[in-house]
Amino acid sequence: MSLLKEVGSLIQKDIILEWRSKYALNGILLYVVSTVFVCYQAFKSVDPTTWNVLFWIIMLFASVNAINKSFVQESQNRQLYYYTIAGPKAIILSKIGYNVLIMLLLSAIAFTAYAVIFGTPVGDLILYLLAVVLGAVSFAAVFTMVSGIAAKAGNNSTLMAVLSFPIIIPLLIILIRLSKNAMLGLDWSVSYPELLVLAAINVITVTISLSLFPYLWRD
Amino acid sequence: MTMKHYWWKILAILLILYGIIAGLLGPVPALPIVHETIRNVYFHVPMWFTMFTLYLVSVIYSIKYLSSNNPHHDLVAVESVNVGVVFCTFGLLTGMAWANFTWGAPWPNDPKLNGSAIATLMYLAYLVLRNALEEEQKRAKISAIYNVFAFPIMIVLMYILPKTTDSLHPGAGGNSGFSQFDLDGAMKIVLRPTSVGWILLGIWIMTLRFRIRKLEYQNHTVSE
Repeated sequence: MSLLKEVGSLIQKDIILEWRSKYALNGILLYVVSTVFVCYQAFKSVDPTTWNVLFWIIMLFASVNAINKSFVQESQNRQLYYYTIAGPKAIILSKIGYNVLIMLLLSAIAFTAYAVIFGTPVGDLILYLLAVVLGAVSFAAVFTMVSGIAAKAGNNSTLMAVLSFPIIIPLLIILIRLSKNAMLGLDWSVSYPELLVLAAINVITVTISLSLFPYLWRD
Repeated sequence: MTMKHYWWKILAILLILYGIIAGLLGPVPALPIVHETIRNVYFHVPMWFTMFTLYLVSVIYSIKYLSSNNPHHDLVAVESVNVGVVFCTFGLLTGMAWANFTWGAPWPNDPKLNGSAIATLMYLAYLVLRNALEEEQKRAKISAIYNVFAFPIMIVLMYILPKTTDSLHPGAGGNSGFSQFDLDGAMKIVLRPTSVGWILLGIWIMTLRFRIRKLEYQNHTVSE
């Protein structure tokens, strides 16, 4: 089996498993909507800068919770079985791919709920949505590897937070800057450096994940 | 032990002594606001050079560990981080003392400062991760993986992000470093040797700690 085919069937497997239980999906849905609502109850109305930052903080916590589980959903024995039929590269790529899908769904739900409840003080909606999509992909890329590391270390969620928050901060800073440009409706050329750094961080993270996972997966 | 083995330790002490004496007595450009605090360059900057060198050593040994599974490589990696964190703390403290005089507050909200603090958190997380793992081989392997994963992010945080935004710090946010004021090179001839001295001292401390850890490790494995 070629790598792409392996990745494809592994992602398909993850989707089917999720679709049968719908546990993570409903959990995420409820988590996002209730967080947005709690924030609405607490803030009532927010100025545009807070609006933007609050959105990304909700996204941060929701995505940590969503991706936290990616390596512990299935039993050790079943994982051992996957490792015998697929290579480590295929496994990490499929996990990243699946988490990207989950994150895209999560961001769509989060943004819709957030926009409906808080309104959208955004100048350039297309660029803002692009920032949200890029954010979803980057969170998935970084958190997948960290959740793999945390899973090997007994997977307590404190460790996941301690390990991932410092690593995610540069991404978060750039995403907040990019989405702020979008809110102000600035010309796209202003945001090229941010887009470039985001793309670079993603490429680096995925490359490093690919080269490190073969060492991580074996016990 | 022959001279061949410890000449660099003597060199480290001599260079640091030279840095302290020439740094406090030598000529410096007269600048507004900064005034004599410019001499802090000789102490603040070498701390960061040393920290960076130690983190670099650490990531190299983490990669070596992954390919060799030699526990000594893991010990070098962790001790480099331990000593690097200490130098990072000194870098932050000297920077805060300096900022208090020139910028009016020890911790202005500045991307360079925040980036350094977050990068420190990352390396503290590395140490926490090690504590969370009991089994030695697993600890060595998983922390090595995290170390390699964190290193490029550290570079982005400390050296790339501050350059792309407004910052008070020299050499960041479009500011030039101090080299533009050092017209006759009088500062360079102090800063460069003393930096080498501090880097050597950092590596010296790391090797001492590594040797202690190695002995402990050997004792531990023999006694079991």
